[in-house]
Amino acid sequence: MIAEAGHLFLIIAFALSVLQIFVPTYGIVSHNPKMVTATSTITLISCGFVMAAFLALMYGFVTSDFSIALVAEHSHSSKPMIYKISGLWGNHEGSLLLWILILCLFAAALAAGFTSMPAILKARILGVQGVIATAFIAFSLFTSNPFARLSPPPFDGRGLNPVLQDPGLAMHPPMLYIGYVGLSLAFAFAVAGLIEGQIDNLWARWVRPFILAAWCALTLGIGLGSWWAYYELGWGGWWFWDPVENASLMPWLVATALLHSVLVLERRGALKSWTILLAILAFSLSLLGTFIVRSGILVSVHSFASDPSRGVFILAILMVAIGIPLALFAWRGPRLASSGDFAIISREGMLIVNNLLLVSSTVVVLTGTLYPLAYELANGGKISVGPPYFNATFNPLLALMAIGMAIGPLFAWRKQSLGRLSKIFTIMALAVLIAMITYVFALQPAGVTAIAAGGIIIWLVAGIIAEIAVRVQLFKVPLAHSWRRFTGLPVATHAVTLAHFGFALFLFGAVSDSYHRSETITRATANSMIELPDTVMGQGRYFEFAGVEAREGANYVTQTALLHLYDKHASKLDTLTPEIRRFPVEQQTTSEAAIRSRLSGDIYAVLGDGNETIGWTLRIYQNPFIGFIWIGAIVMALGGGLAMLGGRRLETKNGSAS
Amino acid sequence: MVPKRRRLIIIASYAALLGVVVTLTLTALQDNIVFFYTPKEIAETNLGRDQQLRLGGMVKNGSLDIVGLDSKFVVTDGEYDIAVTYGNALPSLFREGQGVVAEGRIIDGVFMADNVLAKHDENYMPADVAEKLKEQGVWQGSEMETGDAQ
Repeated sequence: MIAEAGHLFLIIAFALSVLQIFVPTYGIVSHNPKMVTATSTITLISCGFVMAAFLALMYGFVTSDFSIALVAEHSHSSKPMIYKISGLWGNHEGSLLLWILILCLFAAALAAGFTSMPAILKARILGVQGVIATAFIAFSLFTSNPFARLSPPPFDGRGLNPVLQDPGLAMHPPMLYIGYVGLSLAFAFAVAGLIEGQIDNLWARWVRPFILAAWCALTLGIGLGSWWAYYELGWGGWWFWDPVENASLMPWLVATALLHSVLVLERRGALKSWTILLAILAFSLSLLGTFIVRSGILVSVHSFASDPSRGVFILAILMVAIGIPLALFAWRGPRLASSGDFAIISREGMLIVNNLLLVSSTVVVLTGTLYPLAYELANGGKISVGPPYFNATFNPLLALMAIGMAIGPLFAWRKQSLGRLSKIFTIMALAVLIAMITYVFALQPAGVTAIAAGGIIIWLVAGIIAEIAVRVQLFKVPLAHSWRRFTGLPVATHAVTLAHFGFALFLFGAVSDSYHRSETITRATANSMIELPDTVMGQGRYFEFAGVEAREGANYVTQTALLHLYDKHASKLDTLTPEIRRFPVEQQTTSEAAIRSRLSGDIYAVLGDGNETIGWTLRIYQNPFIGFIWIGAIVMALGGGLAMLGGRRLETKNGSAS
Repeated sequence: MVPKRRRLIIIASYAALLGVVVTLTLTALQDNIVFFYTPKEIAETNLGRDQQLRLGGMVKNGSLDIVGLDSKFVVTDGEYDIAVTYGNALPSLFREGQGVVAEGRIIDGVFMADNVLAKHDENYMPADVAEKLKEQGVWQGSEMETGDAQ
């Protein structure tokens, strides 16, 4: 019964979303303020019904109700509870329902809060959200009903793909969806702004928390995804330029651009059309990501099972979502006169550079992702575009971004004289030079690019420190005064510093890993020794391979290798146990890497094929400082969170003043 | 500064940046495209000696031969076979009778792989392999689990 109730709730929510489009439209046209304010109520009720539908499906998964087809296909009674729950979004139908729920929760947040916003603007935004909700609930109801029944119900479920039975992956989709869907609100703000024909700094202030929330969630979501790929896929790498990864990276790049351009709009009233365009683009790319993942049109590590009719449906939504706003933009865009006057050499100018670089890198990623598809359509042959392409195009742009990021915050709004910054630049350049020389002599880096990358990271860190130093007038006033200035800085400033510092940490992890990692692949018999190459993590280390034993897990059996790690003084540091797991229910095998994580880096071991006579293959990676990639992502997201806090303070301060 | 001139500078610098990006992209694409072939297509097309390509198919049952880290196996599409050599550890999920994608080049009729990717889970890899194999009626679905290489 619960499943039928869930289905019914979703149908009611569908009807309410249709109302959510027409009530505000009619209310605004007929100047009926009651209908305008009723939009918020409709949004809240609709959200309630979607929540009820979601909980109904959740109930089915938690109680292992195998008469629901989705539960039977993606769950199993012997599965741990966390994976019963995450099984809900480990598949197309369920994850779509989660997508819709988050969409409605965001809309409800807008409907319930933001009391200072003009009712008409709010109603318009909610109306646009209603269009998106209607499209996606229709998508769910007509092509991917999560509540379909199985008759007769099977005795037990088919289980969840073992690769997906992982705590990191349980959290990854919800995070990513919060990001994607949060951008739908920026999109709705943009479309509503175009309809009103007016965008101002208040608009920017209202939309900013949503962009920030989406950006933080995307940052964490992509971070979680890459972390999962790192420890679960057993390839020792953390980013593979896979279409699905790119699909999440592109909205992030555009959202980052949007985050910065909306700042210019809020502070200086400039870049109006550009910001609108970015908001439309960011959500379009989120939809494109959804399309790529769910249509199976591109070969990917983790695409859902493909279904052409679903692909066509998303493609239709995508065309409407890009087409209509762009037409609206062409029609109404010219009305949006920007007011701010500024020189090229200014904070605004630097933020434009940031935007151009971010958009260019998005174009580069988009080209590489869609090129195989275009090629197949044009020539009929199958090709793949691999990491070398992305390294050759994306990395130089990333380097330019880091260089600009270091000095951007030092520039004043409106106009900055370069002469006044020359002293700081000289000090920063000196720091870079010293660091590069130290690097060359201490670590013998591999090639010029490694040295350049190292220099850029130091430049970025130096820039971040310089910015704070300038603000607190370090060494110009007594230290106690500097400290007081530091604590008195606005939250928004700390947010920028934190987010940029997080990016520096990420770069540090990524660069150390790509230039200083080591890889040892060997076939070893039991009780043999495996020497590890010297890295920054340690010297003279070696493994003693004690052999492979069978073990039993919760719902699997294993072959587990015992690898004892010793340092150069032959004292034992640790034991690593990479294993191969066999899941009898799913009839699948997974390989589980063993990772010894330290701040200085990871030792990563994978067990391969073999037996007692010929020995087993073992792959061992040493990845120096790789953890900083994810620490960096977390720090970036914290910076974003702090910026949300700072923005709120500003609003309440202004509110109390007026 | 006059807004008009400012706009001009912004547009000009973006055009320059775009030019660099497009050039980079096109060069990189030219160097880094890898074509995908099945054994049948390899047998029927005349391939350049040093051309980097991806080979997709199924590992033939009973063909795997491992000595130390070196391995030899045969990739088949049911119609044509091609011998593959690989000088590195095979991925842990590599199995006879399952889908595989190898990247490398053909030298004297033998495919010298410098990278081998095995089917990772039911969703992975053979999407394009499977498509080609389905066309030729060899593919038997993803639940297939045959001869265990261990």
